[in-house]
Amino acid sequence: MEDLIVRYVSRIVVPFVQLFGLYVVFHGHLSPGGGFSGGAIIGASMILYALSFNLAAGTKKVSHDLSLILESSGGLIYAGVGLAAIFLGANFLGNKVAGIPLGTPGNLFSSGTIMIITLGVGIKVASTMITLFYSLIEGEQKTDEHC
Amino acid sequence: MTDLLKYLLLTFLVVCAVSVARTRDLLAAVIIFTAYSLVMAIVWQLLASPDIAITEAAIGAGVTTLLLLAAISKTRRYE
Repeated sequence: MEDLIVRYVSRIVVPFVQLFGLYVVFHGHLSPGGGFSGGAIIGASMILYALSFNLAAGTKKVSHDLSLILESSGGLIYAGVGLAAIFLGANFLGNKVAGIPLGTPGNLFSSGTIMIITLGVGIKVASTMITLFYSLIEGEQKTDEHC
Repeated sequence: MTDLLKYLLLTFLVVCAVSVARTRDLLAAVIIFTAYSLVMAIVWQLLASPDIAITEAAIGAGVTTLLLLAAISKTRRYE
């Protein structure tokens, strides 16, 4: 389906949606939102891109294999941060107890490892959305027939 | 005033939910469901939970709609 308006509007909108998603992810410890919400926004923007152009354009940006790798690495970031706290002598996901400097409250780079955890969750959720869409739309037909 | 807006939105939610179940055109049902999710996000915001409002707007109105549209494009449009 060749729809000029949908293509141009999505081409304009998608970068702003992704920027807002990154904002929500990185301010997860300061403002409403966090890894799940921001990751869902980023994933929805990629799905919108792949749906308004075609599947080949979407897989050119983020391929199916890359989204699978990102999905696993998001979980690994979460587990790695948690296990690093154990190696530092605290409980799983221990933050201040493990001796990590917290910084001044209210700054962007504060609250120790929470930001890294939120980033891992965001990567995981975003790539899960993309993988879900690719697995659903990839079938015997690889054309861009939508509705 | 806020109470009036709240009742208006809740009435719209009920109307949307009933019409999603009653419509035969699946594409129209998906679009009505998107409107339901958007109004639900505003209701969450009025209930002072902006976190859930962001998630509802992203998941309910964004991802669910796109996945259901993909499912309709794989199957047929009318029930």
